[in-house]
Amino acid sequence: MARPPEPLSFAQQLDRLEAIVRQLEGQDLDLDAALKLFEEGVERLRDARERLLAAETQVKQVLADQAGRLKVEDFDA
Amino acid sequence: MGEGLDLFAAVSPEGAWTVTQVTRRARAVVEAGLAPLWVRGEISGFKAWQSGHWYFALRDRSAQIRCVMFQKDNRRLPAPPADGMQVFAFARPTVWEEKGEFRLTVVDLLSTEAGGLWQLAFEKAKRALAKDGLLDPARRRALPPYPRRIAVVTSPDGAALRDIIAVAARRWPVAELFVVPTRVQGEGAEDEICAALGLVCRLDGLDLAIIGRGGGSREDLWTFNHERVARAVAALPVPVISAVGHETDVTLCDLVADLRAATPSAAAEAATPDRNDVLLELDRLGSRLAGGLAARSGRVTERLDRTSDRLTGALERRLERHRHELAGLAGRLDALSPLKILERGYALARDAQGRVLKRVAQFPGGLRFRLRITDGEVAARAGES
Repeated sequence: MARPPEPLSFAQQLDRLEAIVRQLEGQDLDLDAALKLFEEGVERLRDARERLLAAETQVKQVLADQAGRLKVEDFDA
Repeated sequence: MGEGLDLFAAVSPEGAWTVTQVTRRARAVVEAGLAPLWVRGEISGFKAWQSGHWYFALRDRSAQIRCVMFQKDNRRLPAPPADGMQVFAFARPTVWEEKGEFRLTVVDLLSTEAGGLWQLAFEKAKRALAKDGLLDPARRRALPPYPRRIAVVTSPDGAALRDIIAVAARRWPVAELFVVPTRVQGEGAEDEICAALGLVCRLDGLDLAIIGRGGGSREDLWTFNHERVARAVAALPVPVISAVGHETDVTLCDLVADLRAATPSAAAEAATPDRNDVLLELDRLGSRLAGGLAARSGRVTERLDRTSDRLTGALERRLERHRHELAGLAGRLDALSPLKILERGYALARDAQGRVLKRVAQFPGGLRFRLRITDGEVAARAGES
């Protein structure tokens, strides 16, 4: 299975998927390349679905300390 | 002192008052005799000093009074008044001793014009923003379709924040929310908001910002009409949704934002896609993916079929040719067969061992041999010669 080379943002992941689908639907592509694209597409779809289903909203709080440094901590709503 | 201005105390030069004594006495008399009161008139000769104090005159057709409004009082107002403006001033009459001048210390100022000072300040700031192109609709950026990091600039304990978190968590739990807490109303709130927006600019990988608060009175919302706040919003490096909860009044913050939402909840909705919709979209992509591959492999199979048909055809033609060649060869072989010759009436003589007897010398008298003719063999004997 072709693993996505690096973690993409969700938006990038969807963009890549769109591109794969368009390529597959387009003309001239040898079967080998088509299969590779298909496998990558399946993998990315699975990954995207997992991301959506497993996600849980993170809420952080952003403050600046005395020295003006950015401080990010969990936010208790 | 205290018993009123005793004019008779200075009837002769010997009893002369000092200037300071007179002005001090005059001030005491004025302040005791004229309680704080509302005065109406027209602003004239307005000047704001470096110190933040305002100096101007209130006048009508026949008189005028010098006025001062100290910074601690005028800072509550959205903007300075303009010359010629009709106002109501709540003021303490007094005497300014250093100049021996009767004047009003103004503590509050209302404009009688439409919208008053608030409107004036709003229009002034709006003009300044427009001049710098910050209100140009072409500036508005598209919101990212699948935001990951969203900054929320609002009060940490308001309903606005709770609403935004609830909506974002329900629709798009993929998001990380970065709450940048700030006061949103009251004195100095605009400074806090600008500082908070400064922090937003420093967040890494941010996709979107929401700035807002729940509904409130016009004065409560005024923080979002400060030109400085509007400029800080316009300067954010990511698209901004402004949700300063108010149906009717649009704030400057709304005007410079990339999108205006009526409420904080609406802002969170606009900021995020619905997870279920995106899952459906993934399904659609999945079927297109499968369809794409099927079509692709279908085309390949077709081509393979055509190729194999052509291969088979060629092979068969070749076999046929071989078959013909073989038949020809077989015919020729057949013609050469000795049996064919015997058919024509020849006979073949062989001895008991099967050797072919071809010469006379091989037939001594009385030799028994066999004759092979076309339909079989016969026994024979050579005669005595």
